[in-house]
Amino acid sequence: MSQLLTSAPHRGGLPAPVPTGPVRLHINGETRTLQLAPWTSLLDALREYAHLTGTKKGCDHGQCGACTVLVNGRRINSCLTLAVMHEDDDITTIEGLGTPDNLSPLQQAFVDHDAFQCGYCTPGQICSAQGLLNEGRAHSEAEIKELMSGNLCRCGAYTGILNAVQEVVAAQGEMVK
Amino acid sequence: MYPFTYSRATDVADAVRDKAGHGASAYLGGGTNLIDLMKYNVEQPAHLVNVAKLPLDKIEDLPDGGLRLGATATNADTAWNEQVKARYPMLNQAILAGASPQLRNAATNAGNLMQRTRCYYFYDIETPCNKREPGSGCSAIGGYNRIHAILGASEACIATHPSDMCVALAALAPTVRVSGPNGERSIAFEDFHRLPGDQPQYDNILAEGELITSLDLPEKGFAKNFTYLKLRDRHSYAFALVSVAVGLELEGNTITDARLALGGVAHKPWRDKSAEQLLKGQPATAETFGRVAAHVVANAVGQGSNDFKIELARRAIVRALQQATEGRQRATDAFLNSNP
Repeated sequence: MSQLLTSAPHRGGLPAPVPTGPVRLHINGETRTLQLAPWTSLLDALREYAHLTGTKKGCDHGQCGACTVLVNGRRINSCLTLAVMHEDDDITTIEGLGTPDNLSPLQQAFVDHDAFQCGYCTPGQICSAQGLLNEGRAHSEAEIKELMSGNLCRCGAYTGILNAVQEVVAAQGEMVK
Repeated sequence: MYPFTYSRATDVADAVRDKAGHGASAYLGGGTNLIDLMKYNVEQPAHLVNVAKLPLDKIEDLPDGGLRLGATATNADTAWNEQVKARYPMLNQAILAGASPQLRNAATNAGNLMQRTRCYYFYDIETPCNKREPGSGCSAIGGYNRIHAILGASEACIATHPSDMCVALAALAPTVRVSGPNGERSIAFEDFHRLPGDQPQYDNILAEGELITSLDLPEKGFAKNFTYLKLRDRHSYAFALVSVAVGLELEGNTITDARLALGGVAHKPWRDKSAEQLLKGQPATAETFGRVAAHVVANAVGQGSNDFKIELARRAIVRALQQATEGRQRATDAFLNSNP
């Protein structure tokens, strides 16, 4: 075994100090070494330890997609994975896709198409859509809908979201008509 | 979630040894089901052995003409693998029918087999559940049981296996290779998962400490006449109420070989070999399909809220057999079919 990060605190009796170990993550191009307990989710590591609060906690059970980030370019739910599982992985969050002065094409399209109301699901929607672009498998409206189905929007901004994603997919010449 | 210790295995032997060295331990793959269950305190391992980065992620040809699916290959990589798409399109369709892109990017092939039921009472630790706490009773029997089993259930448990991928695997009949404290062995897929009986706490026949290393598909992939039909409450990102995997071989209009498996109806992916025998040698007609579908559900038992599944399954089998015969699926029943 390559590493044994911690020992568990005793169940019952005196509370043991929370055991942590160093976990090295490359977040938005910056190498960060965080002191984490093994049960810290990647989502909590990003929000509470790396202080990148763009990634949102919705259901915390992999059902809503609000926590979607890119790990080595692939979209996953950061709530259902442990930070310790991602030693030396490249993590991209919404903060890494663009800046207020220099929006990514997807971010600009979401603004242009009014693709949100409250905005809580939006970072996950955009990271998911970026994953969809990276995968290159959405070639029609129906396929964009299917491949964005892991992201729920409580405000029901789906029409705008679809239009925004469709515009960027089309701009890359990947739509089939 | 309860505290636990964590280690990352460097090879299969290391993983097996490490797990054996800890009491209440578990292998960790993609984590999409295990970590969720730990958040609900349904699973309470004191130690996790991360096997996700073991070199078991290849998908490669076997000398006998089959295809080996590595245990830690993700569901997404498996579904989109060129060999899988060309030779086992039923598997491609079943995987893409399940979960979401994010989950398929994380979930592993072995983990798909190992996932637990989504029975509401299994997840709710405040309620009795024989699968979670043997001997405590079954809250689904006489409770709300819309998603529960109509075939092969017991008085102890009426939970269903939630996988789509495993329904196609049941039809394709791979071998599950495992490695454990007592060495390696191979298990026929149909024997891997079990019915609840009076021990519903066991979903499968793995011995303590055994680790899945690959799924070995046989050569025959039913790539021409197949279907994976999934019926559910919404058209994406929902578990099957009933699903049907069919593979046929035809000579003219005569069925020469057949595979038929159902999902969402039993404690395990439900392959019906007697129905397959009924199909062989028969003409691929609506009359044949109706007769076989009636046979499959002849012994089905509803629990109240799920009575509709019996008729739903009967009709789904007919539709799936029809589509497999035609060699094409209705647009609404296919997943991502414009892909080159």
